Amino acid sequence: MATTALEHAPAYQRSTIVEWLTTVDHKKIGIMYGASAFIFFLIGGIEALIIRAQLATPNGTLVSAEMYNQLFTMHGTTMIFLAVMPLSAMFFNFFVPLLIGARDVAFPRLNAMSLWVFILGGIFLNASFLFAAAPNGGWFGYAPLSSRQYSPGMNMDFWAIGLQILGIASIAAGVNFFTTIINMRARGMTLMRMPIFVWMTLITQVLVLLSFPVITIALVMLTADRTFGSGFFVTAAGGDPMLWQHLFWVFGHPEVYILILPAFGIVSEVLPVFSRKPLFGYSAMVFSGAFIAFLGFGVWSHHMFATGMGPLADSFFSLATMLIAVPTGVKIFNWIGTVWGGSISLKTPMLFALGFIAMFIIGGLSGVMHSVAPADLQQTDTYFVVAHFHYVLFGGSIFALTAGAYYWWPKMFGRMLDEGLGKWHFWLSMIGFNVTFMPMHWVGLLGMPRRVYTYPEGLGFDLFNMVQTVGAFILALSILVFMWNVIRSWRGPADAPADPWGGATLEWSIPSPPQEFNFAEEPVVAEKDAFWAMKDAAGVDRFPEPGHVSGRGIHMPGPSWWPVVVAVGLLMFFVGLMVHRSWAFPFTPVSIAGFALMVFGVFKWAYEPVDAHAPQH
Amino acid sequence: MLTPRNIEEAAMTSAVLDHDAHPAPEAHHTSLPIDNRKLAMWTFIGSECLLFASLITTFLIYRDSSVGGPGPKDMFEVPLVTFGTAILLFSSFFVVMALDGAKNGNRKKLILWLSLTVMCGLFFVAMQVYEFNHFYHKGLGYSTNLFSSSFYTLTGFHGAHVAIGTVWLATLLKDAIKGRIPAEKAINLELSALYWHFVDVVWIIIFPVVYLMSLGR
Amino acid sequence: MRLVRAPWRRFLPVGLLSFVLLGLAGCTDGSKYPQSTLHPKGDFAAMVDEVFMTTVWLALIVFIVVEGGLLWAIWRFRAKPNDARPKQIHGSTVVEIIWTVIPAVVLAFVAVPTIKTIFATANVPAASPGGEAPLKVEVVGHQWWWEFRYPEYGITTANQMHVPVGRTVDLRMKSVDVLHAFWIPQVTGKRDVFPNRETRLWFTALETGEFPGACTEFCGLQHARMDLYVMSQTPEEFAAWVALRKRDPEMSGAASTGTGHVTVDTIVRDTMSGTAVAAARGPDALPTDAEQAAPVPGDPRIAEGKALFTKKACAGCHSLNSIDQPKRSVGPNLAGIGVRKMIAGGWLPNTDLNLKRWIMHPQDVKPGVAMKGYTLSDAEADAIVAYLRTKR
Repeated sequence: MATTALEHAPAYQRSTIVEWLTTVDHKKIGIMYGASAFIFFLIGGIEALIIRAQLATPNGTLVSAEMYNQLFTMHGTTMIFLAVMPLSAMFFNFFVPLLIGARDVAFPRLNAMSLWVFILGGIFLNASFLFAAAPNGGWFGYAPLSSRQYSPGMNMDFWAIGLQILGIASIAAGVNFFTTIINMRARGMTLMRMPIFVWMTLITQVLVLLSFPVITIALVMLTADRTFGSGFFVTAAGGDPMLWQHLFWVFGHPEVYILILPAFGIVSEVLPVFSRKPLFGYSAMVFSGAFIAFLGFGVWSHHMFATGMGPLADSFFSLATMLIAVPTGVKIFNWIGTVWGGSISLKTPMLFALGFIAMFIIGGLSGVMHSVAPADLQQTDTYFVVAHFHYVLFGGSIFALTAGAYYWWPKMFGRMLDEGLGKWHFWLSMIGFNVTFMPMHWVGLLGMPRRVYTYPEGLGFDLFNMVQTVGAFILALSILVFMWNVIRSWRGPADAPADPWGGATLEWSIPSPPQEFNFAEEPVVAEKDAFWAMKDAAGVDRFPEPGHVSGRGIHMPGPSWWPVVVAVGLLMFFVGLMVHRSWAFPFTPVSIAGFALMVFGVFKWAYEPVDAHAPQH
Repeated sequence: MLTPRNIEEAAMTSAVLDHDAHPAPEAHHTSLPIDNRKLAMWTFIGSECLLFASLITTFLIYRDSSVGGPGPKDMFEVPLVTFGTAILLFSSFFVVMALDGAKNGNRKKLILWLSLTVMCGLFFVAMQVYEFNHFYHKGLGYSTNLFSSSFYTLTGFHGAHVAIGTVWLATLLKDAIKGRIPAEKAINLELSALYWHFVDVVWIIIFPVVYLMSLGR
Repeated sequence: MRLVRAPWRRFLPVGLLSFVLLGLAGCTDGSKYPQSTLHPKGDFAAMVDEVFMTTVWLALIVFIVVEGGLLWAIWRFRAKPNDARPKQIHGSTVVEIIWTVIPAVVLAFVAVPTIKTIFATANVPAASPGGEAPLKVEVVGHQWWWEFRYPEYGITTANQMHVPVGRTVDLRMKSVDVLHAFWIPQVTGKRDVFPNRETRLWFTALETGEFPGACTEFCGLQHARMDLYVMSQTPEEFAAWVALRKRDPEMSGAASTGTGHVTVDTIVRDTMSGTAVAAARGPDALPTDAEQAAPVPGDPRIAEGKALFTKKACAGCHSLNSIDQPKRSVGPNLAGIGVRKMIAGGWLPNTDLNLKRWIMHPQDVKPGVAMKGYTLSDAEADAIVAYLRTKR
């Protein structure tokens, strides 16, 4: 189908809301991922604060046991699926095409669909609170507690179906980004010249593609048990709870790397720029990332040491888990090697990146302690584990994502974030984080189990918990500082230059924010750190500010309603599943209407002529 | 059977049907000598392998764990399924012929072989509907026991894949009849053929693993 | 808004390290932390502690070296005005091989004791350290309490497991509903409890004392209130306890008639005094004997309580008899409830007041429990408490 360069945008695109709803621009999609994920992050954070307030003193009564169980389940589910993953997706969306010198992702409309499915799925999950039926069986949904018999309410239906919806968004995005990175790179950008963030994104997509189908099936079986009365995880029918655990962790452990590998990538981009020195051991960084991902599929049972798998299995999974420390160590040492001998400028992105390394080391070391299967028999399901994964997911992922936010903010919005507020943000985070989570190591070793809505006095947990709660509120304060920083920059002038940090990669070669088509001319790459190489070749530290160009003659895909339509149809289909429970008539009218809408959307989408148009500027 | 996974399928299908997902051909360059859509399809198939691996594993674990109720030996009737398997195998050959027709701009050949492929797909779906109905009346409901649940889930998922593939191929057949698949657009058929082969290969695994092995024990 | 850099930078490592050390120092006093994993009082826990401490020391060294290196690099290579462009180093194969190999070697020092301990703890020893055959205890997990059965003696109890010090305990565990996990940190690690298969765990208590434990696999609404106690007693104390359990409950209940209570009381005093009471917990945390009123012979409330126990259908779910009980009882066995340390699933001190509240308003004390609550007058509740106090 021929594409033509239109001289004006289609008429229906005039309203701003419509423009955002129908956009297929990876940058706008990225911003929407970021904005919605940040809102979910705040919701998850408020849940965490209520949890901490409840646990501040023994026998706390701020919330009921039922409410607490909903809060901790939703806190985990939200932070994993609705905050960290989509915050990473924000950077994938906005920056992968820029970093590889492309004008968009391989399938822009599919990209929009992923976004809308994610947003609707997130709203669906949180809507459970309106029915006082938020998921309450833990983010791991262990059978048989998650079965209809032991969880009769709608709570775990929301969970199983919500995760199913989010999984669809993730797999679609996985296919899209895998294809984009493999096939849409600028001329000359071989795989081993790709920025490391792109590499980590690529590996993350492989993990998504190979792990999410497994949880899809597990969730289908759980939903079938709950809705159609099958017995996959019902012990009375011969079902085995261990099957759920295996399927869940075959997904769940790679999921951990899905959360952390993008963070590795961001930090690996930030450190060289603020040290003015290339990444130390690029190939080792690539291969260690790939090796971590590979091993990540062979260690799932270390979440199950307490199930009594027998000494041989325990030994295997212990050793495999320890082995992961080797490539992870390589990464940490290479990061230190990167700053070593550099000229380190402690701007906010760099502070967060360095803070990431410092905190991730602690999380990594406690991780090795868990790999010691006998020791894990004492640690698992205690606050020691809670401390561990917050060091890797907050001190790790969130610190790195924050580094990325400060680093790329000027490129995304054409505005700088304030350095002074940024430093306040960093130090408050650092202090609040450690005051919250460091004592969790001790209180865990002193015997405090996880997922308890309260604890008795006299076990020595009291002081630790009070300190943690204080820390959590300091941490919350740091987030408020960040939000104030964002509001300030929003109100301030659009002052960001194209290349504020002396960047190494292609996104800094174009105006901030980029024009819709990204690159007026598709770049040609000759080596790693392509933009540094270009500046070196020209013998300059900074290029003059690039001007905006008309973009006439550049063909970009036009907006489309169909991704939203398909996403809404999909949501309706799943909402329909919620209200009905019989095998004889498995689908309610809502489901059928949703399905029909989706099929309609897919066909319209498939036959939609692309309104290629030249952006108006 | 309609399952949540279908929707994902449909969504993916749409991606693959994306005629103009990327800028115009002359401006378009890919890093590897493979069309984006084809690469995406391969990627998706890679992901699907894990989906079916999970289903088949579950079936194998649960096949003999039922608490009461009929088992594989009470149900399976190999001749019909063998015939269905053969039909599905032939359809893979037919779609190759159709694709050859499309690539050479031979519309008659395209339409002939594509029609045969669609008919094979329809036959297979019909066979499965018959089989499920037959089993159901022999007392094997979806939630009768672990064997039935895992059997219906696995073969149901596969059947849904076949159904989607059939609808997709039928859509292309309609396009072909209207003359909308010239040689340079043979890729549209190639994508569905790729998917079709995958669905076929999955059945080649399911047939011996689910039917023959369950009986041979 | 500008922060002075240098003090912050010094503060961080010093602050963090002192924070860490302070915390560790805080953990050293075991008596304050009865549920601690760091103060093993059982052989299983001691073996685990040993391998854990090995990893702690190695980790501490790695922590100091790596964090130190990072902080030193940040300080040493901080940007100075008019810095020239640093030397552009892209890596060094030799260095990278070194820092791939070193962690691998360090891990070997963790791996070897790990594997040894895995195998050492995997199976229940054939005999106790003293040569006796291990004591079998069947553990049954319920939402949200523990049933303990001693097949050797044919007795059943709930939430409070008595074991003789020095004799290996062989736990065979199963759940009647969802997954649970059994954990007594001071004597052994944790093991999940499944409804469809038996799991095993073992320990030998090396000291007498009271060791609290908890369910650690999320098991629903009241997961937080599913605790237990292990009472490690001298063999003589344990034998006395077993003897007490094997008595006909009507004989201990016979206290109400004014006969036999003295004998019972004497045995109780023998079994529950001394080490067992004084150990493990701080003095204030425990219900003292005074809070558990000793039954007064001839107290008319006892007989009334006994009648109410049947009338109000308590007996429908709770047995006061420890001997030859059917498996998987609906409610916890109440033999010995009169002197049990905790109630309501092992977390609420067994004072008269608590017991009364628990009987009268179970859904307030522990919402969601199977005991839905019965209309009891204040006097009726007092009578039941008085009756239960005779169950020693």
